[in-house]
Amino acid sequence: MIDVNNLSKNYGSFRAVDNISFSVDEGEIVGFLGPNGAGKTSTIRILTCYHPATSGKATVGGYDVFTQSMEVRRMMGYLPEATPLYPEMRVREYLQFRGKLHGLDRSQRASAISRVTERCWLGEFVNRPIGHLSKGMKQRVGLADALLCDPKVLVLDEPTIGLDPTQIRETRNLIKQLGDHHTILFSSHILSEVEQTCSKIILIAKGKVIAQGSPAELREKVSADSKIIAEVKGPSKEIQAAIDAIEGTRTVELDPTHTGSDAGDWNRFIITGNGQRDIREPVARVIQDKGWGLRELRREVASLEDFFVKIIAEQKN
Amino acid sequence: MRNVSPVMQRELGAFFYSPIAYAVLTIFLLLLGIFFTATTFQPGNQASLEGLANLMPVVFVLFLPVLTMRLLSDEYRTGTIETLMTAPIGETDVVIGKFLGVLVFFIVMLATTLLYAFIVNAYGQLDWGMTASTYLGMLLLGALYLSVGLFFSACTGNQIIAAVSSMVLLLVFTFLSDYLAMQASGALKLTLRHLSIREHFSGFTRGLLDGNDIVFFVTSTGLFLFLTVKVLESRRWR
Repeated sequence: MIDVNNLSKNYGSFRAVDNISFSVDEGEIVGFLGPNGAGKTSTIRILTCYHPATSGKATVGGYDVFTQSMEVRRMMGYLPEATPLYPEMRVREYLQFRGKLHGLDRSQRASAISRVTERCWLGEFVNRPIGHLSKGMKQRVGLADALLCDPKVLVLDEPTIGLDPTQIRETRNLIKQLGDHHTILFSSHILSEVEQTCSKIILIAKGKVIAQGSPAELREKVSADSKIIAEVKGPSKEIQAAIDAIEGTRTVELDPTHTGSDAGDWNRFIITGNGQRDIREPVARVIQDKGWGLRELRREVASLEDFFVKIIAEQKN
Repeated sequence: MRNVSPVMQRELGAFFYSPIAYAVLTIFLLLLGIFFTATTFQPGNQASLEGLANLMPVVFVLFLPVLTMRLLSDEYRTGTIETLMTAPIGETDVVIGKFLGVLVFFIVMLATTLLYAFIVNAYGQLDWGMTASTYLGMLLLGALYLSVGLFFSACTGNQIIAAVSSMVLLLVFTFLSDYLAMQASGALKLTLRHLSIREHFSGFTRGLLDGNDIVFFVTSTGLFLFLTVKVLESRRWR
């Protein structure tokens, strides 16, 4: 549905989007994830025909965003980052105006407005001036506007930013529901949000695509780094050698940060295994056999969060 | 062109929500009312609106940029330009819609001054042909000023800068060129006179309908609307 090929965008000498490529299939919910200033909004603005790319090509539903921009705009609903609205208009007036721009006639507008106001829980607010609404309500008006022409593609730029936790959950659920009828691309800098809603994640930083795939695929990539933490009482050298001898361990290290009154004569080991094998059981058996004390044995599965943080940190260096 | 009318309606609606429009309308009527009672509406004066019409260039220079200043710069400032230009609507439609919106407001404003024509006519013999020509002149003059104001509104996200720039440009081409033309001689004088908006306007107030003047107003209004479209489109070249 959305195809992006080697897209770049320069602002003067600053390169905001650096040769990125990705695609979104019909019916997918894709999360566009990256820290602030990663180039998410720049990419989205190219896709929504707001500004052109410096080089590269992007198509939405087979239409080129630059040369066939009207066709693209007709099939796309877009919620910009700051949800810009006309404060002096009433919600209904605004949606009427937007409906006219999309070429809906009077009866189409009436049914479209009742559909989107119900969908976005705007029922009792339709006659309020937009300027009097709270941030969360404005966000809903923006979303209602994006849904108005029943677009094939929905592009939402940071749809949950500035909302309270309840509203974030509501918006997230709404996005999930909308995924049944629309292809959705939404950006966020919050990983957990993307992880819960999306069928595919595109991770971008400094204008480049760093990784993409389903949350499960990305998790698999990072789970290789999972490690076991063991706190054992006994001679540290011997313990280290004994654990190292277990089949499936890759490295065994003493945690140098484990000091202080709580530590006493306990040693904390960080053990990494090969692949995804869980070696907690053999480790426990070895320690028991040798008669050492064991007070903690846990497996730390690397989360996408860690992966995200790691990648961002790498980018900065 | 289908999208011109929703933009125009929205713009016109926005005028009636904003205090600026009411302020402009009030001060405009107050000022003209004072002028009318103090000068035109005196015993022994000619039954004509020429005095009022000669005041119009200076009144319009001060008031019309205030009406046009927010048209596009407010869209930039609040970011609504992004929702507008990602909807299926072209730049030309936006510019024409906004221009027509403010033009309709201006026509309403101008129409209120017709009251003076009827008052004068009640006490004397008003030349309706000349009055019609005066109003046509004022309409063309106003349309040109509005297009200049719209152009500067498209250039900046700051309303004050938009208003002041259009006032300066209009003052130069309405009064300064007129003044310089009086000082100059030969070809320069002729050029300056052709560039003077006031020179082209004065014919209408005397009941002279000159094709040259009409062409001047229509083409220069068109030019500024065209430039506004180009400025709005320039977002897509950057």
